[in-house]
Amino acid sequence: MSDEAKGQTLPLVEVTVDGETVRAPEGATLLDACRAKGADTPTLCYLETLTPVNACRVCVVELEGSRTLVPSCSRAAHPGAVVHTDTPRVRHSRKLVLELLASSVDLSLANGDMKRWMDYYEVDAEKFGPSSASTAAGDRDGRRPGHHHAPDGKTAETVAQPVKIHDEMYIRDYSKCILCYKCVEACGEDAQNTFAIAVAGRGFDARISTEFDRRLDDSACVYCGNCIGVCPTGALMFKSEYDRRETGEWNELQQRVTRTVCPYCGVGCNLDLHVQDNEIVKVMSPIDHSVTHGHLCIKGRFGWQFVQNREET
Amino acid sequence: MVDPRRTSSAQWADVWLGLDVGTDIALANAVAREIITQGLVHRDFIEHATTGFDKYRVAVEPYTLEHAEQITGVRGEMIRDLAHAYAGAKKAQLCWTLGITEHHNAVDNVLSLINLSLLTGHVGRSGSGLNPLRGQNNVQGGGDMGAIPNKLPGFQDVENNQLRQKFERAWNCTIPQKNGWHLSLMFEAMERGDLRGLYVIGENPAQSEANVEHAIHLMEGLDHLIVQDIFLTKTAELADVVLPAAAGWAEAEGTVTSSERRVQRVRKALDPPGEARDDVEILCELAKRFGHDWGHPTAEEIWDEVRSLSPMHAGMSYARLDALGGIQWPCPDEDSQGSSYLHGRLWKRPVEGRLAPFSVVDHLPPADELTDEYPIRLTTGRRLDSFNTGVQSGGFQSPLRRAETLDICESDGRRLGVADSERVRVRSRRGVIEMTVRYTDDLRPGLAFTTFHFPDEAETNQLTNPTWDKKSGTADFKATAICIEKIKLAVGTGG
Repeated sequence: MSDEAKGQTLPLVEVTVDGETVRAPEGATLLDACRAKGADTPTLCYLETLTPVNACRVCVVELEGSRTLVPSCSRAAHPGAVVHTDTPRVRHSRKLVLELLASSVDLSLANGDMKRWMDYYEVDAEKFGPSSASTAAGDRDGRRPGHHHAPDGKTAETVAQPVKIHDEMYIRDYSKCILCYKCVEACGEDAQNTFAIAVAGRGFDARISTEFDRRLDDSACVYCGNCIGVCPTGALMFKSEYDRRETGEWNELQQRVTRTVCPYCGVGCNLDLHVQDNEIVKVMSPIDHSVTHGHLCIKGRFGWQFVQNREET
Repeated sequence: MVDPRRTSSAQWADVWLGLDVGTDIALANAVAREIITQGLVHRDFIEHATTGFDKYRVAVEPYTLEHAEQITGVRGEMIRDLAHAYAGAKKAQLCWTLGITEHHNAVDNVLSLINLSLLTGHVGRSGSGLNPLRGQNNVQGGGDMGAIPNKLPGFQDVENNQLRQKFERAWNCTIPQKNGWHLSLMFEAMERGDLRGLYVIGENPAQSEANVEHAIHLMEGLDHLIVQDIFLTKTAELADVVLPAAAGWAEAEGTVTSSERRVQRVRKALDPPGEARDDVEILCELAKRFGHDWGHPTAEEIWDEVRSLSPMHAGMSYARLDALGGIQWPCPDEDSQGSSYLHGRLWKRPVEGRLAPFSVVDHLPPADELTDEYPIRLTTGRRLDSFNTGVQSGGFQSPLRRAETLDICESDGRRLGVADSERVRVRSRRGVIEMTVRYTDDLRPGLAFTTFHFPDEAETNQLTNPTWDKKSGTADFKATAICIEKIKLAVGTGG
């Protein structure tokens, strides 16, 4: 803690959430206030360690005096703000956002929060009709703005496409991508400053892409895996996890998570080792730790195999 | 960014000063001279907190911008701008790694940087200071725990009777009254025949030492060599006895200390393979064979003993390490939150304790001289996805990894008549190895770069210079004089 931060407490602002007065530190967002009050506010593109991008609109709330619903994750909590989180208008909007996503994206591996929200908002993913078939590998990556064919109105358009597997580090399954931008933010100025990926395309053809759709090993990617660390839907996944899922050997109930420190350089990044059957199957880093706030480099994220292939040598 | 190579960090920097290898002191002294002559010094800090300024001022006087430009190859105005930016900053840190410390005058290099922080008062305050960035997860902790020949745990001097006796009472034993040998002195002692047995824990000197052929020769001549490691390293292959160990970060409990002096717990997540055992268990079993029953202490019990003997660790219980996400030493008691920076005492009036001395240090060129025979400077370093001699990082397949190369700039390649990807012979005064050339834009003419991550492909340390700094014991890995020779294909004679 710096001198400046020591002994200094930010002034509090008072806001009203669902009729209850909440005090939040200056600079806090409406989302912070909602959470302080205990309102279960869904978020997809929001993460404490990333700059809000306002991409998903699932955290919207009603703010008195505002014509439209506002994204709570990025709106500052100004003194006297009056917020409603569970009105018909809010529920309708959140439901629609989740239905559009659920109809077009494979959410089968999305985190537990997502499942809870889908239930709460009574999401009907089938209402737009049966899902369209998977596109061929590379098809969506080749689409150009203005060349989009109108949908037939009978099937629900999806982003289904083959999984991209190019190396032993991680896979990219963009059938599961909700375009939350978290990976782009983590690759860019919120963490790694590598800028290997961005959103390409327009409208429904928008997708996460490397520059000119280059292969990862031919892109600026430095394989820090910070994109995997922030991905909420399993679109980006360790190869070690993907392989086990494919063979039916992935079993989270049998996994134990142990926090330790990276065995490489002197930064002191914390590692959460996910271990199944005495093997490390995935490495994450706690986002609430002061050293790197969840971010790692290629060695910390992927360089652990040496501990478990010793008997072979 | 000051670095002979235009590294990826240098590419991010606002300014990159691409100095010649081994000219750091000339650069620092010129920065100092500029700060002094332009009246940018922190007068109050120098007056109250330091000693030796007048001598220092005279000593840096010859380091004009022009003179420094001649030595370093960095344009004088860039040095001037650096001096003004550093002195004028509200907060400023100097961070360095092995580019400063793997030289024959390593300590002098560091002193030249300390001088700059004293001149400007950029030390002892939050956000300012001197930061040696550590390259290993517990190299700081190793020193903190007394794994250096002149210190007991908590940087307590071996040769201080009172401190040594404290440990003797606690351990009920006698500790040698004189400082021990550091690594470079140990190899010299092996050469003299004074050191006949060696117990190596978690290090691979058979691949990491400078002039490694000679180091291997010395280890082969020992009466007895024990290696305790998680791998059967090249060093372990030389050993009489190999003790397989558990991996300290994932198969055992304990603590490590990071670059920012943060002590953090490591935890056991895996059972070690085969007969590998926890380092603590191995040491205790060994002690038992020597007739000392140390019992079966847990990592926490050992840590609590550290806390009882090392004042700077006293407040760091396991419970507090957990609760605070690690603690930065010094942490003298359980009310302390640790210390995010050191040397704040220099701002107390009067200063608490010893004043900080300026040190007179002068530029000395690298020990391995460039000559017509050896005209190219080879410097060694690391690549992002690899680590030291590669025994750890060789365990994963990185898409970023290429075969090991000797990196040079294209103009050197053309001058020498060697093409990109061509196999060449690289010769130094110690040895000769074959390597593959790679052209890169990151190097200036006359400068070559490689690593020692892949000793099986390219035994770089056959080339490096073992000349070591008399103050630190560190070898001159960063400055080797080499020549690059074309490999003449043998012409068949029909026989």
